[in-house]
Amino acid sequence: MTVTTAPALATLNPRELLRAHVKWRHLETLFWLATLLPFLVAPTYLILGSQIAIAALFALSLDLIVGYAGLVSLGHAAFFGFGAYTAGLIAKAGWGEPITGLLAAAFAAMVLGYLTSFIIVRISHFALIMVTLGLCLLLYEVANKAHWLTGGDDGLQGVRMWPLLGMFRFDLYGRTAFAYSLVVLFGSFLILRRLINSPFGLSLRGIRENARRMPAIGSPSSNRIRTVYIISGTFAGIAGGLLAQTTEFVALDALSFQRSAEILVMLVLGGAGRLYGGLVGALIFMVARDQLADMNPQYWYFWLGLLLIAVIIFLPNGILGGCARLLARWRRRA
Amino acid sequence: MIARHISLLFDGFAYGMLLFVLSVGLSVTLGMMNFVNLAHGTFAMIGGYTTVMLMRSAGWPFFATLPVAFVGAAATSLVLERILYRRLYRASDLDQSLLTIGIVFVSIAAAAYVFGTGQQPVQLPAYLRGRVEFGDFSFGIYRMFLVVAALVITGLLVLGLEYTRFGSRVRACVDNQRMARGLGLNVDAVFSITFALGSGLAGLGGALGIEIVGLDPNFAFKYLVYMLIVVAVGGLASIRGAFVTAAMLGIIDIVSKYYVPEIGAFVLYFVMVSFLVWRPAGLFARRS
Repeated sequence: MTVTTAPALATLNPRELLRAHVKWRHLETLFWLATLLPFLVAPTYLILGSQIAIAALFALSLDLIVGYAGLVSLGHAAFFGFGAYTAGLIAKAGWGEPITGLLAAAFAAMVLGYLTSFIIVRISHFALIMVTLGLCLLLYEVANKAHWLTGGDDGLQGVRMWPLLGMFRFDLYGRTAFAYSLVVLFGSFLILRRLINSPFGLSLRGIRENARRMPAIGSPSSNRIRTVYIISGTFAGIAGGLLAQTTEFVALDALSFQRSAEILVMLVLGGAGRLYGGLVGALIFMVARDQLADMNPQYWYFWLGLLLIAVIIFLPNGILGGCARLLARWRRRA
Repeated sequence: MIARHISLLFDGFAYGMLLFVLSVGLSVTLGMMNFVNLAHGTFAMIGGYTTVMLMRSAGWPFFATLPVAFVGAAATSLVLERILYRRLYRASDLDQSLLTIGIVFVSIAAAAYVFGTGQQPVQLPAYLRGRVEFGDFSFGIYRMFLVVAALVITGLLVLGLEYTRFGSRVRACVDNQRMARGLGLNVDAVFSITFALGSGLAGLGGALGIEIVGLDPNFAFKYLVYMLIVVAVGGLASIRGAFVTAAMLGIIDIVSKYYVPEIGAFVLYFVMVSFLVWRPAGLFARRS
């Protein structure tokens, strides 16, 4: 992962640089307007749409630690599943109000992030990969064995949601689900976009480039890593909560290694460390899987693996990175 | 009663020895190149399917297939190393993990396509089946064979690493790759050979393990976690570490699943995370 350094970087002062990053581009406005299109052109695909929005939010949260802080996590599904089970269990216990349920999921994931962050900062590289994986497997086993609470591998059933804001019922076509997921995704995106384009966001990129040098210029790496890990976990928990609420079901699969691996694939496919990478990756991945779902899932994994190898070898910065390179070449020629 | 505990411990130890053969190659190659190779299980699976195929379609005896399983896995790994791995030696952990996860996905799908998704049983020769009774104690013959095989392999590895010229080159590359390069060692060639040998051992482990852990297309994923635990907890490039950890892991896994099945694999993962937090570089790390 290389940083794309703007040529004018040296002449800008940091405040102006960040302000330039914060400014909305036309392409971004267009992108978010386009997310409303499914209501008009594909009303039968709204359920898929809400799942894409959820995957996008999950990928976005992972991008914070993988793309910006440069830490690899093979167990991010821990937060996703934890949020999903929290939201599901609250609704099952009789409180089906979506928004407070989602906040509770976020809070639960935040607490989990806070507790595990003490472990995360102590280790790096291979041990970090293993510990994130191990923590996720641990939670998976707990959820699997605590049958009385989570339903084990039958999944959590009996989740009933109340109408959103007391007005919109979760309908069969997924209209409410899609609108709800999209609004939460957009809101989270705004927060994270602001966060990334803050001095804090810059310090994260500094850690990615050289974690040892950051303390020397007065930026405590391990504190920053803990903070971003907690934030990332919180948003992953929100994504999980959304899935539980919109599908009124939690599968054990929400905590699985496959889930962690898939979300990494989406992120890398789109391009890590560039905010929209996770969104684009989730869109392409989920649509491709939906189209190929008729085939045997085994063959889907074949194409997925091949795609992954091709992206890593030929498009090191994902699809968006490839687009940016093409664009740069085209501009130079023009 | 005591006899049952002893038999259980022995089963765990034999299982641990299998895990050792499966993972020791990964430990050495990871320690040498810092390459996060999550596709090690794929090579084990190739060994397993080679044995099954030769025994079933060509009617080879079990022992004759083992060298072929070794060579088959080693050759495949060498090809993949040349085509794919080599490009990513300097890449990030993330890219390496994802490339090798991609290889695992492809291999699982390919195995399911060629061999079907079911378990592949093998018919062991008669003299390896059954159990031996020593008074109250009863041990499976195949498990005893497994322990002996693993001890022989360990002995050969230690001797090879400590007393041969190639072994000293490997140690030099693990200890300080830059210095080794500076002294004129062809680190890339040493790595290629070590990588092939390690993958070959995994293939051998895959073939030996069919009787104990079975063989299906998901093998590459299911046992990846065990291999990674052995490597991470044992410490990179430490044969002693891999041996001790694998034995411990096998015993913990078998014993905990026997006595406390309701918490099952929980114990295993808990032990792993605690060890890694306690000693992030592993128990017997050659270097931190």
